[in-house]
Amino acid sequence: MKFSEQWLREWVNPNIGSQELMDQITMAGLEVDGFEPVAGEFSGVVVGEVQSVEPHPDADKLRVCQVSNGEETVQVVCGAPNVREGLKVPFAEVGAVLPGNFKIKKAKLRGQPSQGMLCAEAELGLSEASDGLMELPESAPTGQDFREFMGLNDITIDVDLTPNRADCLSIKGLAREVGVLNSLATNAPAIESVDAVHSEVPDIRIEAPAGCPRYLGRILRNVNLTAETPLWMQEKLRRSGIRSIDPAVDVTNFVLLEQGQPMHAFDREEISGGIVVRMAKPAEKLVLLDGQEVELTEDTLVIADHDKPIAIAGVMGGEHSGVSEKTRDLVLESAYFDPITLAGKAREYGLHTDASHRFERGVDYQLARDAMERATRLLMDIVGGEPGEIVEVASDEHLPKAPRITLRQKRLNDVLGLAIDADTVENILTRLGLSIEESSGDAWRVKAPSFRPDIAIEEDLIEEVGRIYGYNNLPVTEPVGSLGLSVREEATRPVSAIRNYFVAQGYQEAITYSFVDPKVQELVDPDHDGIALANPISADLSVMRTTLWSGLLKTVAHNQNRQQPRIRLFETGLRFEQTQDGIDQQPMLAGVVVGNQTPENWINGRRATDFYDVKGELESLFSLLGIEVDFIASQHAALHPGQTAELMRDGEHVGWLGTLHPQVQKNLELNGTILMFELFLNSIVTGYVPNFKAISKFPEVRRDLAIIIGNDVAFAQVEHVARRFAGEHLTALRVFDVYEGESLGEGNRSLALSLFWQHPERTLNEDEVHSLFNGVIDALKEELGATLRS
Amino acid sequence: MENLEQLVQDGLSAVEKADGLQALDQIRVEYLGKKGIITQQAKTLGKLSPEERPAAGQKINEAKGQVEQAINARRSELEKAAIEAKLAAETIDVTLPGRGQDLGGLHPVTRTLQRIEDIFARAGYSVEQGPEIEDDYHNFEALNIPDHHPARAMHDTFYFNLGTVLRTHTSPVQIRTMEADKPPFRMICPGRVYRCDSDMTHTPMFHQVEGLLVEENVSFADLKSTVEEFLRVFFERDLKVRFRPSYFPFTEPSAEVDIEWGREADGSIKWLEVMGCGMVHPKVFEHCGIDAEKYRGFAFGLGVERLAMLRYGVNDLRMFFENDLRFLRQFR
Repeated sequence: MKFSEQWLREWVNPNIGSQELMDQITMAGLEVDGFEPVAGEFSGVVVGEVQSVEPHPDADKLRVCQVSNGEETVQVVCGAPNVREGLKVPFAEVGAVLPGNFKIKKAKLRGQPSQGMLCAEAELGLSEASDGLMELPESAPTGQDFREFMGLNDITIDVDLTPNRADCLSIKGLAREVGVLNSLATNAPAIESVDAVHSEVPDIRIEAPAGCPRYLGRILRNVNLTAETPLWMQEKLRRSGIRSIDPAVDVTNFVLLEQGQPMHAFDREEISGGIVVRMAKPAEKLVLLDGQEVELTEDTLVIADHDKPIAIAGVMGGEHSGVSEKTRDLVLESAYFDPITLAGKAREYGLHTDASHRFERGVDYQLARDAMERATRLLMDIVGGEPGEIVEVASDEHLPKAPRITLRQKRLNDVLGLAIDADTVENILTRLGLSIEESSGDAWRVKAPSFRPDIAIEEDLIEEVGRIYGYNNLPVTEPVGSLGLSVREEATRPVSAIRNYFVAQGYQEAITYSFVDPKVQELVDPDHDGIALANPISADLSVMRTTLWSGLLKTVAHNQNRQQPRIRLFETGLRFEQTQDGIDQQPMLAGVVVGNQTPENWINGRRATDFYDVKGELESLFSLLGIEVDFIASQHAALHPGQTAELMRDGEHVGWLGTLHPQVQKNLELNGTILMFELFLNSIVTGYVPNFKAISKFPEVRRDLAIIIGNDVAFAQVEHVARRFAGEHLTALRVFDVYEGESLGEGNRSLALSLFWQHPERTLNEDEVHSLFNGVIDALKEELGATLRS
Repeated sequence: MENLEQLVQDGLSAVEKADGLQALDQIRVEYLGKKGIITQQAKTLGKLSPEERPAAGQKINEAKGQVEQAINARRSELEKAAIEAKLAAETIDVTLPGRGQDLGGLHPVTRTLQRIEDIFARAGYSVEQGPEIEDDYHNFEALNIPDHHPARAMHDTFYFNLGTVLRTHTSPVQIRTMEADKPPFRMICPGRVYRCDSDMTHTPMFHQVEGLLVEENVSFADLKSTVEEFLRVFFERDLKVRFRPSYFPFTEPSAEVDIEWGREADGSIKWLEVMGCGMVHPKVFEHCGIDAEKYRGFAFGLGVERLAMLRYGVNDLRMFFENDLRFLRQFR
């Protein structure tokens, strides 16, 4: 909410400067977002009076004016179309400095001397744009300093109110708060009831009392809406960020700002029969004041006449029933609408108005009559007219009830951590407008005022006491608590250990959005449908990722486009999948690698990373985690069909490793061979707790062999057969060479293996080893068609 | 026997001239070996009288000793030279860069999260996780944000269908933890959160850490010390902290926390908002089946990117999610 400091000070004027005032309200929980002066910086401008206007002899559009500054009359050449004899205007005299350090000097315009300048609003920083001179009221005292006359040494303060403080959405409420903080009473303008001069009253019927527990209407006959809103009111509105429209709108806006009560004025001519407050009927339509036609939903509270809706209650009036210069009789509305009924309604129609903002947060339910009287008086002062009686229709049953709340002193002290004495508590509550109905020594029974709908429970009162006492005056103590120990399983490694492992392997961690481009995801994971957001921020961030690869590959593209040829990335985070049981949210670990295996250096380092590099890194990770994972040749839609491994742990799928399919790579416009992996974190983080085995004192025996075997036989099969026949004392099996060449015959390759045996309790003898070794060789020959390489 | 001296002289001069260990060894064999020239002199002893023999024998031994000593000295010399030559040959340019894997790095958000987790873990706070696609009840209702609350405005919540949203804060993890367990609680919930907002200062996804402490006897004063100490430990300096009354539906009293961050043009303290906090609202306890008369609690929440920006001087929030390597590498 924006307001003028001067206006606030008319209500309550603590003896502190502007900055201190702003700090004070900020620290009371009404956060000041900023402030700005209400006019540009200028000096030397006075109220001038145009005494005569003559045409310029040599220029059609210029006039030669004689202007009085109260003491003398000087000649000023002026081009504004609205300059005329008798007009009072802001007059920048010779020597004046206008905004932008624009100095006014003696000048000649087309040969005619000109001593000063008559000003438009924009030239004084009073508005963004203006056409013609600013016209001052006739009563403006000629010669008075213009800043002084207008009270321009003022600032507009913008306060960002939390949704609970609806009571501060008015000068009245802000003044009340500042009064509380400074222990000052406020000077509210007196509101007196306006006597009726005729007996015409609006016919009002409330059909939806839950949504509208109170509705007041009054007829003001024979008004003159061509009258001008007085400058003081226009200025107050302007400094609150509201443009002056016509007297009826200006007065209702003024009352909204001053009192916090949104009001509305209808043209009586356009109301057929009477006013009905009801829910909208199916397919009803209404053209709003802003010109847009809306189809109303049945849960919308409307103000209607006997034929049709004429306003969305508490949000915006209809165009048809709105006032214009031709309006003769007004029907004024001042009502209390239920916040919950109105909640979200404005937004449903793409609207947000000063009225809806207040009604949604809760307007003082006892304010409607005062506001009506205040508006009537202000209106009559401008547009004249004959007031009728106020008609009030209310449903006590549906009006809010002032809650009675018990505040226990012990609870207050316990929550705030400080014993506040009873006098201070009572003083704070009373200053806030709460009435203490009972006081028993250790508790108070308090009634909340109608303007504080946010106060309903004991905690609300504790907060109020703490707030006014000052949070920063409350003590600071360290919490005292239980010191129980919690379990952490040793076999389960924290994710931070995995991250650190990848960092040591040269991987950079990325964090990508959880929502991704459906087109990318379709390429990377065509077998799963991403869950779509109903209101995405953009099309390329519109579905939840089913794999972390979607985001990582986009990150590769981003970096390749920025001359980064060597990229090693990993990420941890959730992936989302719709299953029959609901949404499955699984923590994943994924990586992508492209470019040379090591940074380019002076001895080698120009070898591109291949499958086995990344596989080796994963194998080391699995050792770190203490788990065994099998790599099974498999197929994945996004991966190279000949370079894909499905990762299995104890027969359970735990992830994928492979080379990005060249076609997908092309579609994503990526360069180089891209290796990628993705693992289910929960399936890999738990390994084992070490269990000591005695170290054998006896020698280890090694035997090497080289076999020629078909390319279609996987190493895993060779290992499997070899282990089966190598006996229980085989301690290791390693491949030390893989060779393919013409000499081996087409479709063949050679594998060189070393086998290691060791017995825990004795030396293995030559015959035993020999027999096991030959058994392995025979089995490889028979089961896999291997031949020994000579 | 005259030529014994000559032989020694010859030997010594040969040793002197030996230019390698092999040559030296040949000399040793030639002079001192079983059939060596000096060794052979012992055979002449037989021709001497028994009285002469001891003196002559001693002379031969002395001659052998002389040559042997020279050989040993020369060997040491040659060995030393050989080592020196080897060392000289093996000298490398130690200023050439090493080779191998470059170190990667953690994302600055992770780095910051780990610091925060670490700070609270040392005070006994557990780290709790929860789903990111969350139901309406846990994200709003249980946190005392009823249907009509302005905070539920559709424009800042991502949703899927009625009742399912992307969590807008990590506070639902508090609810899930309190539902599943019994007080006391001391925990933090770090994680990704989502708001449907994207501009210079907002990204649609960011990270929060929410903290919760529930005990039988805890007060706003305890909350103040926890928040103040955290900020001082995080920034590693004694900065001024102030608590400003504010409003969150799930805490009461509620406060926003500002830290001193430089000075304004007029010399006054420049305050920056960094956290929100408050005492757990009794409605929240009620939703979790905790007796609000017996237990009290405080909660606090902070934006991780915000703290990372302040800590590391990052000036554009959006860089955190562009994952540009030139940015990420600055935080390893």
